[in-house]
Amino acid sequence: MAILVTPQTKLLVQGITGEFGARHARLSLDYGTQLVAGVTPGKGGQFFEHGGHKVPIFDTVADAVKQTGATASAVFVPPPFAADAILEGVDAGLDLVVAITEGIPVRDMVRARQAMTGSKTRLIGPNCPGIVTPGTGKDSHGGCRIGIAPGYIHKKGNIGVVSRSGTLTYEAVWQLTSRGVGQSTCVGIGGDPVNGTSHLDVIKLFMADPETKGIIMIGEIGGSAEEEAAEWIAKNGTKPVAGFIAGATAPPGRRMGHAGAIVSGGKGTAEAKISAFKAAGIGIAATPSDMADTLLKMM
Amino acid sequence: MNIHEYQAKQLLKQYGVAVPDGEVCKTPAEALAAAEKLIAGGQKMLVVKSQIHAGGRGKGTFKSGFKGGVKLCKTAAEAHDLAKAMLGNVLVTKQTGPDGRLVSTLLVAGAPNIKKELYLAVLLDRATSRPLVMASTEGGVDIEEVAEKTPEKIVKEQIDPALGFQPWQGRKIAAALGLKGDLANQCGKLLAGVYKTWWEADASMVEINPLCIIEGADGKDQLVAVDAKIGLDDNALYRHKDIQAMRDLAEESPLEIEASKFNLNYIKLDGSIACLVNGAGLAMATMDIIQHYGASPANFLDVGGGASKDQVTAAFKIILSDPAVKAIFVNIFGGIMDCNVIATGIVAAVKETGLTLPLVVRLEGNNVIAGKKTLAESGLTIISGDSMADAAQKAVKTIAK
Repeated sequence: MAILVTPQTKLLVQGITGEFGARHARLSLDYGTQLVAGVTPGKGGQFFEHGGHKVPIFDTVADAVKQTGATASAVFVPPPFAADAILEGVDAGLDLVVAITEGIPVRDMVRARQAMTGSKTRLIGPNCPGIVTPGTGKDSHGGCRIGIAPGYIHKKGNIGVVSRSGTLTYEAVWQLTSRGVGQSTCVGIGGDPVNGTSHLDVIKLFMADPETKGIIMIGEIGGSAEEEAAEWIAKNGTKPVAGFIAGATAPPGRRMGHAGAIVSGGKGTAEAKISAFKAAGIGIAATPSDMADTLLKMM
Repeated sequence: MNIHEYQAKQLLKQYGVAVPDGEVCKTPAEALAAAEKLIAGGQKMLVVKSQIHAGGRGKGTFKSGFKGGVKLCKTAAEAHDLAKAMLGNVLVTKQTGPDGRLVSTLLVAGAPNIKKELYLAVLLDRATSRPLVMASTEGGVDIEEVAEKTPEKIVKEQIDPALGFQPWQGRKIAAALGLKGDLANQCGKLLAGVYKTWWEADASMVEINPLCIIEGADGKDQLVAVDAKIGLDDNALYRHKDIQAMRDLAEESPLEIEASKFNLNYIKLDGSIACLVNGAGLAMATMDIIQHYGASPANFLDVGGGASKDQVTAAFKIILSDPAVKAIFVNIFGGIMDCNVIATGIVAAVKETGLTLPLVVRLEGNNVIAGKKTLAESGLTIISGDSMADAAQKAVKTIAK
């Protein structure tokens, strides 16, 4: 089953003709993802060609959805235009919009979130690596890869991974795959202070997904999303969860790369998050090298 | 990005928020002229305020021994002397660290007769993804302390970003602050202006502490922003040329400025093991694992997804200019990047910088075998780590010798 996306999910890429979007569109095609459309305003009618694939490009998301039946989108649009691109996807009735773009102004996201109230679209990100539901082929080929994660590190299986950070997600996934353990779905929710989907949202989906048997939840300093997820798990958790919180050594008041990774006013510390995890029975990986082993010991 | 108090007040004033009359001064002569002008305008008391991006200025001490980065005075001659004592000197406060900050700008302003100090801030509520107005009757003190000891004295009002700040919200907050009559009206107007500043300037936070009830020139009570602090969303600076011009490079670490030229995200820390990592999350985790094994990280450094030769070389140079660094730990998860390209970049960077410190490299990901081979055959003494934990322990060991 996996969560959010399956190998059958029809994907479109907004910003498919940009360098970044094109590169990852090619990698998704190579992975076997059902990439059915691209959107670049002004380039409707052209095609995105790669390795024998001929993906039609549309001027609008609405057109792309109408013509191809795409239900999910990956947004690679530059920051000044990205919130607008997200809302275009919402208007077109997509089930899922995954915003990869890093550097979107907070105000734009505050407005976009407000405008999405009541819509059926789920937003993942922005500033995230995206989602991978591994396939059954060699190096997990045939899966659904939305975003920028390396596909080959995955393996089809039963562990759900959720994280704010890209490379830390890959680290956890690779630890699992190297131990012969596969993943149901891996979700990067992004490192910005305003995002569409929280740790808790993804945890609820994993808990309800019969295919997912265990969960790795990776958090970092800033905000209180990890604490909220832990509180829910303490009351409603039915599957083993292991976690790691990055940033215990980060100085307060400094943004650590991610716009949202900041301890301000004594809030959002690693200590508080780790103690919330402990109180919820979440296994704590002492180091980022132990994420997979910590979970596997619990299972 | 942070800006100075005087710049924050300029922005607030632009959106209709009342601030005390004041002048920006770079020399004692300017301070003298500013003070004369303010006194001529009817000010009975003045304040000379050091402009640095750090709190605790009033209780700070200059390296010269002069006490107080914020001082009251009554005459222009006194303002001149205070300016002389502050300008060109380094002010150390509890927020600057022992190095302190050089004071090169002063704000000379009217110091009205304060009847009551309040607190006001607008910030992002991450839990709801909406703007939040916070106000308190406890102004002029550390708000974190108020939040901890007497949280009931802080009122919070969420703002609907589609509607903006509403007049009824102004009345509600004014009432909670115990303001009545004309002061309540002023409060509503001021709050709307502060919210507008937050929204229009793409601020991450606007904090007015204290917001003061003062005795105005006409004898009536007035509400003014006596101090102000504004933090801005770096991602939105591209659409604010006026605010970009407010950037004060003297307030930033020279190494961090240099790093930003190469799209490197570098933050200097106090430890001795430098890290070079791709990805912010992994970079934080790398710092943590160094500490876990008993040493301290010298920096946060995210080279981003690319990690080109030029970037790696620039990163090495920046790392090496910190004399506290005793070893370097490179931790790269090359998911899509070819590890061999990264390895080639590392070898070139080591050669170019003539690195003599111990270097531990952990490479993982795409084409990793070729990458490790490149490192091994480079003729350089590069210690290779298999996992993050293995590499971190090896790095810690190199400085324990």
